[in-house]
Amino acid sequence: MTQVRRFLTNNAVSILFVVIGVLGLRVSGLSLPFFLEDIVNRLARNSFMVLSLIIPVLAGLGLNFAIVLGAMAGQAAIIVVTHWKIPGLGGILLSILLAFPLAVVLGILTGRLLNRARGKEMITTLILGFFSNGIYQLVFLLLVGSVIPMKNDVLVLSSGVGLRTSIDLTGGLKNGLDDLLRIPFPVCAAVTGIVLLGVYLTRFFRRRSVRLGKMVGIGLLALFLIGWGLFQVYTRSMFNFVRVPVGTFLIVLGLCVFITFFTRTKLGQDMRTVGQDRHIAEVAGIDSDRIRIIAMVMSTVLASIGQIVFLQNLGTFSTYGSHEQAGMFAIAALLIGGASVAKATIGQALLGTLLFHTMFIVSPLAGRTLFGDAQLGEFFRAFVAYGIIGLSLALHSWKKQMQAREEARRSV
Amino acid sequence: MQYDNKKSQTTTMLEQILKKIRSFGIPRIIIILFLLSLWISAAFLSIPFPALLSDTFVRLGMNTVLTLSMLPSILVGTSLFFGLPLGIICGLLGGVMSIELNLKGLTAFFAAIGFSIPLAILVGYGYGLLLNRVKGSEMTVGTYVGFAFVSLMSFGWVTLPFKNPEMAWAIGKGIRVTVSLEGRFSNVLNKLWAFELYGIKIPTGALVFLGVMCLIMGLFLRTRTGLAMQECGMNPKFAKASGIDVDRMRILGTIISTILGAIGILTYAQGFGFLQLYEAPMYMGFIAAAAILIGGATLKTAKISHVIIGTFLFQGILVVALPVANTVATLGSLAEISRIIVSNGIILYALAQKGGNE
Amino acid sequence: MERNGRSVLEMKNISKEFYGNKVLKGINLSVQEGEIHGIVGENGAGKSTLMNILFGMSVIHSTGGFEGSIEFLGKPVRISSPFDAMALGIGMVHQEFMLIPGYSVTENIKLNREITKDNFFSKILGPGLRTLDWDSMGQDAKRALSKLEMDIDEWARIAGLPVGHMQFVEIARELDKQNLKLLVFDEPTAVLTESEADRLLSTLRKLAETGISILFITHRLHEIMEVCDRITVLRDGVQVATKSKSETTIEELARLMVGHSIESVGKRKVNLSERKTILKVRDLRVLMPGETVQKVDLDIKEGEIFGIGGLAGQGKIGIANGIMGLYDSSGSVEFDDKLLPLNNPREVLKRGLAFLSEDRRGVGLLLDMSVEMNIVAPAIEIHRKFLKDMGVFSVLDRSQIRAFAQDMIQKLDIRCLGPDQPVKRLSGGNQQKVCIAKALALEPKLLFVSEPTRGIDIGAKKRVLDTLVELNQKNGMTIVLTSSELAELRSICDRIAIISEGRVMGILDPDAEDAQFGLLMAGEYAVR
Repeated sequence: MTQVRRFLTNNAVSILFVVIGVLGLRVSGLSLPFFLEDIVNRLARNSFMVLSLIIPVLAGLGLNFAIVLGAMAGQAAIIVVTHWKIPGLGGILLSILLAFPLAVVLGILTGRLLNRARGKEMITTLILGFFSNGIYQLVFLLLVGSVIPMKNDVLVLSSGVGLRTSIDLTGGLKNGLDDLLRIPFPVCAAVTGIVLLGVYLTRFFRRRSVRLGKMVGIGLLALFLIGWGLFQVYTRSMFNFVRVPVGTFLIVLGLCVFITFFTRTKLGQDMRTVGQDRHIAEVAGIDSDRIRIIAMVMSTVLASIGQIVFLQNLGTFSTYGSHEQAGMFAIAALLIGGASVAKATIGQALLGTLLFHTMFIVSPLAGRTLFGDAQLGEFFRAFVAYGIIGLSLALHSWKKQMQAREEARRSV
Repeated sequence: MQYDNKKSQTTTMLEQILKKIRSFGIPRIIIILFLLSLWISAAFLSIPFPALLSDTFVRLGMNTVLTLSMLPSILVGTSLFFGLPLGIICGLLGGVMSIELNLKGLTAFFAAIGFSIPLAILVGYGYGLLLNRVKGSEMTVGTYVGFAFVSLMSFGWVTLPFKNPEMAWAIGKGIRVTVSLEGRFSNVLNKLWAFELYGIKIPTGALVFLGVMCLIMGLFLRTRTGLAMQECGMNPKFAKASGIDVDRMRILGTIISTILGAIGILTYAQGFGFLQLYEAPMYMGFIAAAAILIGGATLKTAKISHVIIGTFLFQGILVVALPVANTVATLGSLAEISRIIVSNGIILYALAQKGGNE
Repeated sequence: MERNGRSVLEMKNISKEFYGNKVLKGINLSVQEGEIHGIVGENGAGKSTLMNILFGMSVIHSTGGFEGSIEFLGKPVRISSPFDAMALGIGMVHQEFMLIPGYSVTENIKLNREITKDNFFSKILGPGLRTLDWDSMGQDAKRALSKLEMDIDEWARIAGLPVGHMQFVEIARELDKQNLKLLVFDEPTAVLTESEADRLLSTLRKLAETGISILFITHRLHEIMEVCDRITVLRDGVQVATKSKSETTIEELARLMVGHSIESVGKRKVNLSERKTILKVRDLRVLMPGETVQKVDLDIKEGEIFGIGGLAGQGKIGIANGIMGLYDSSGSVEFDDKLLPLNNPREVLKRGLAFLSEDRRGVGLLLDMSVEMNIVAPAIEIHRKFLKDMGVFSVLDRSQIRAFAQDMIQKLDIRCLGPDQPVKRLSGGNQQKVCIAKALALEPKLLFVSEPTRGIDIGAKKRVLDTLVELNQKNGMTIVLTSSELAELRSICDRIAIISEGRVMGILDPDAEDAQFGLLMAGEYAVR
């Protein structure tokens, strides 16, 4: 009983959003395959970006609103590659390569700024995001064409200065990653089931210590996936039209593996130590300033890749707007998944992306059905995104205050 | 005494001048130089100088009270008032109510203020309670609480039962994104006792109004309660040891800031000629914060003079940047971009300063 | 010198100055292999400065280094950072735990000394990406713990362990360092229960038998007598004595530790029994972190100067802070025959008590504000003084404030450029006088004064104390003086209570014997 209650209180936010998502889905009247198509795409699009937030949390820097800078680096690279007209996978790889040095430099600068603004990291990254947006606009709206030579009728405004407000990637980077390999959803489900089963069986035979209940649960899930997938393929249902961009998901999977690996390395351990207690880390001889800068660099680089993955999936972007909300939406997604300022896991990031985008899809439709106005649904969406960030920041700070008081009492 | 004397003799004049400059603040010097260079280029481009100054004065009248709303918050120790959208929304509600009741002129303006103050007290109290629970994270939490409140109120603007057709959309439900104040209280303060001097239009009413607001604030800071509030901000432990209820003072400071935000947006609206609803209030907190920081405030200390100087400098830049940019090239967005860079840049600078003491 | 073992550490003729203030004068310390060497002394005797020198802490080097030389294992060494000390094989068990609560025992023991193994990425991208070898780390941790004969699960999280076990994890971390030769314990038993402390002492002996030398810093004299081979006593930066255990007694150590020559200010003797009790404290408990008061009963007589002494961290500071309502407290306090509400600073100030905090800059002053505003601020808040009525509201009366401040500046001889100078520009002594003026503006009947001379140069010290005596004698103000400096208490107080472990150990006459003070401070036994 207490276990159930603890589970409920610890995961209250995520559970609430599951409820909102399910209710919204019913009210919106969306068919399941249609919804699935949308959500699979959005998962492919945004997961990488959300995952890029985990490392700064590990290092005790909190939620990194400055992934906006990484997003900008990625976007700048995309603009260059689009200008050079390099399409498909090659273009994507090149833009990742181009974004890399820029993201590293921005990450170092951010890290150094944060080392000066100790204890005020989050508000600093937030304002830094706004600030760098100004610089970004300065470069791409005023300097391109006037100071930085660029001749391109498609990208540049008719005046010859500044980029157009929206850039179409069709015929360029669009779906360069997604279209590598697309598999119908049921097939994908069946394959996932088989892989899951395989992995856990080998684990079970290697080590006996795995809990039986968990094993049975995972086994059943895997079997269900295989059965359901095969059944759908066999009946040729609508689900077969949902085509999963496997290439993109493999990259996301790669990042998950990398993060897991990284937390088990010396550097990852140092990062955790700094995140837990900077003073003790320093007494033990860890250069905490350096570790914090490394964390920011990693996050910024990952965010730049994240934005490239994001935009190739979307296929078009608003030149001066796409990066702006990247940080906020990714953070809201992470928090909805149950993460906090002090703790974030891969599972939370993926679950959060799923729940956040479910709400994103259903809320305008639900708004229209319920109030006859899709706009209200959009307001609700914005309210939730801002509200969840405000709420979890407040809860974290309050918890810290209570802990400090508790500690003072316990020291007696 | 002797010891002190010896020490002061060793510091040379040059060192003292350098120290003066440093204490004046490098970013402030940059901004003053920037404004001067804009003025000089305006002169070269033969942009009429009196018009620029007139505009600057109008903007000063519009924005100063919003900037002033930062002051109580900083003094009481809750740092920059990023919850400003809360106060702004209270002001907007007051404005909308005043139009709904079909009021006109100065009556409409002061009625709007009258309606918004009780709302601001209520909202400020609630927000103050929240801030007491999140000591040390006031700015981050405030920002997002402000954002969330703005989107929540977007709901409200659509659904609240206001009937006046002047404010409604031609089709659909709810109030418009911008509500014109023409024939209501547009420019009521700006036109009051206005006169021209060497071609410079002086919006006397607006300047008198902001003068009165600053005066009231100045007097308040000299009362027992005002002093207690400042003690809380400077040193909460000292305040506690002097028998002051620090949490209560923080709530009071937050309420006053919220009220000033409400009055501030109404003075802004009378000069602008429109009430801007929905997402418009979202980033106004950052502009007001930047203004007071430009004036010389820090995250922990501020004076009324900082409010006025900062608003003047910041708005001065924005006023001049637009025509200058337009003449040099058709760079329409330069004013907007320089607003973003200057305002967020100065906040970043303030955040990166170590501690509060020297 | 009974042991013939190799000398491990020789600190020769060590002296250290902080801003012209000599805090160590020619200390000679030698530790033999396998010896347990005790160091005792009051707060400020120089123990921690000596250890800071040994560990090459930056406080030492950033203030001009030290004089003298250090030899380790017979070779002269330069220790310029804690890592040099670590490399030599000198370890430290800190008084406050350097443990991460969210980590397992193993992770803490191997903190920043993790065992790693190569993988594909680390070969390309550098050693930072080597994977942690949990199995070997766990084995090391287990081995270190077993040396201590502790049965702690090496994978348990620190957060759930009892305090005593945390102490042993700290020790295990030092033992895990391969070349450990000398281990310093800084007040290790302060947080332990009696049985845990006993266990620790027997562990010390076993460690010493394996050849590790130990420096044991404590103020518990019986522990020193129990385990140490030799004992060095420091007082005011001077090495008073170094004795073998067999040559000395607890009483002698206590006397050596305190032994001040008292310069009596020639205070009049008052017959306290005739005075009425102005402050009656019963069962006072104060939750002040680091200075907890467990249970204190006191009767303070009208018009006396009452001293409260004791070692740091024992709770003497907590008493005044608790009564003034600055930290959560419980119990009953009667002032002037009326019950005083606890946890209510405002009411306490209104009743006529005032407080000069030990944390002058942190609690006592508004550093950025002017001298005059600092002086009048609490009086404005509490007694509505210095206000000018403007009809609907009242504002500060500048001229009245100025006049009062100038009067105070003159009376207390506050050296400043004027009443509008910010207090942060004043010297420590003058800041303290501003605090006194602030208290006087409240016109208190009873004044709590905590550590009034801390961080003040010698000349100013005497003036501050003289002022207190004057207030007491001329104005009849009752003063409760809390101080770590026994000499200070003995020079002006009528009676002195010694606090240890949050309780009153005894109340002594200022001219009682040194050994009595020393024993009470060390918490050895209660004198009635």
